[in-house]
Amino acid sequence: MSADLIQFFTVNWLGQLIVIVAQCLAVTVPLLVSVAYMTYVDRKVWASIQLRRGPNVVGPFGLLQPFADGLKLVLKETIVPSSANAVLFIIAPMIAFMTALVAWAVVPFDDGWVIADINVGILYLFAISSLGVYGIIIAGWASNSKYAFLGALRSAAQMVSYEVSIGFVLITVLLCVGSLNLSDVVMAQSGGFWHWFFLPLLPMFVIFFVSALAETNRTPFDLPMSEAELVAGFHTEYSAMTFGLFFLGEYANMILLSALGAVLFLGGWMSPIPYAPFTYVPGVVWFALKIAFLLFVFSWTKGTLPRYRYDQLMRLGWKVFLPVSLGWVVLTAAVLQFGGWVPKS
Amino acid sequence: MASLDRTARAFLLTELVSGFALTLKYMFKPKVTVNYPHEKGPLSPRFRGEHALRRYPNGEERCIACKLCEAICPAQAITIEAEPRDDGSRRTTRYDIDMTKCIYCGFCQEACPVDAIVEGPNFEFSTETREELMYNKDKLLANGDRWESLIAANLHADAAYR
Repeated sequence: MSADLIQFFTVNWLGQLIVIVAQCLAVTVPLLVSVAYMTYVDRKVWASIQLRRGPNVVGPFGLLQPFADGLKLVLKETIVPSSANAVLFIIAPMIAFMTALVAWAVVPFDDGWVIADINVGILYLFAISSLGVYGIIIAGWASNSKYAFLGALRSAAQMVSYEVSIGFVLITVLLCVGSLNLSDVVMAQSGGFWHWFFLPLLPMFVIFFVSALAETNRTPFDLPMSEAELVAGFHTEYSAMTFGLFFLGEYANMILLSALGAVLFLGGWMSPIPYAPFTYVPGVVWFALKIAFLLFVFSWTKGTLPRYRYDQLMRLGWKVFLPVSLGWVVLTAAVLQFGGWVPKS
Repeated sequence: MASLDRTARAFLLTELVSGFALTLKYMFKPKVTVNYPHEKGPLSPRFRGEHALRRYPNGEERCIACKLCEAICPAQAITIEAEPRDDGSRRTTRYDIDMTKCIYCGFCQEACPVDAIVEGPNFEFSTETREELMYNKDKLLANGDRWESLIAANLHADAAYR
């Protein structure tokens, strides 16, 4: 009987389909719940920093607030401006949301807990995160509004600029690992937090985090959202669930980049101290804790820093981060080569 | 040397670190927000909130339809019509306040010679429709009956300064 079941789920196309759909649901449902609660945590953290209380009325401690917000977005009317290109206007938020979701296919949650354990995981992530720009630029163009258009141009330019330095950060890490597979990246960091890459590659970790802020359009790089200049940036004309999809996609992207930071620099699912009581905790819990920590730093940053001016943002991206990360790639390569630490593939 | 110092500080993110430390410190400070629907801030006896028409202790309404409030109202929110009652005393037949026009300046209560129209301590009188904010005499008298004890206490507390 069990042999039949194994046969069904591994060979039969219907069985394989069921397994894949189940895996996708096992990733997306917790992801969407954490997106919902990320908005709650964000608001609570900002409130605390400003000595306010934050949402505390809907449910105990305001814990049901994300669901109230979600319900509001679902029930509102989706308005398509009469001068907009209706098809692209509707498709754009779907692109933004889907690109944020499909990237999760290669993220390893625990040893072997990964939907697609492909050998070009980092390359795949890089390709998908570049596609996210399309959602934004199509939204800005299809809205046929000057605010949305300028906001979309800004955020597209910003995301493209900072992806370059993220690319060099990824290259540094994969130089140290010798593999593009994300599970291999985690395995290369096994054996306690002093083996994690954030210590030897600390400057790259900082550059990665700052670029992640820029990539997800978060403070201090949330220029597309600068209300005084551009109203609401590329999603000025969006309402109800079309806006909700952008919002979900943005937060899913934030969680994705935190997960990437955890995988590349904080040892993924590894426990920080590789001895008895800590190793009993499942790896996925450690992974979630690391993501939660990075997300907290995201909120903390938003509560702390003012917004960059656009030219300052471009200067930082092209004139500081690009040379520094490029130099660090060369330096890492040289140290690996002459120190005899080149990983065997 | 100064430029080296500045560059080193910029790359070591010293200012960022101190800023983040400050916000982290603030995060654990006690909150200063008044938890509004559950707790409310103190109100001055002079607070100018929702209007009310008061009565004498024997139940007779105070307003004598002198129309001073109507005359002084800068927003022209008050409308009064009056005629002598059967017993010969002069009373209003109509006393309307358009609460959407009112600017809560308090001139009406200062103009009133008999302390009939007052702005009470109530500030939570939002409504779901605009029409509900067109107050008539019944509504104002009902307000007076409802808030009389607080209004009287406030008038007494402030009497020494008038």
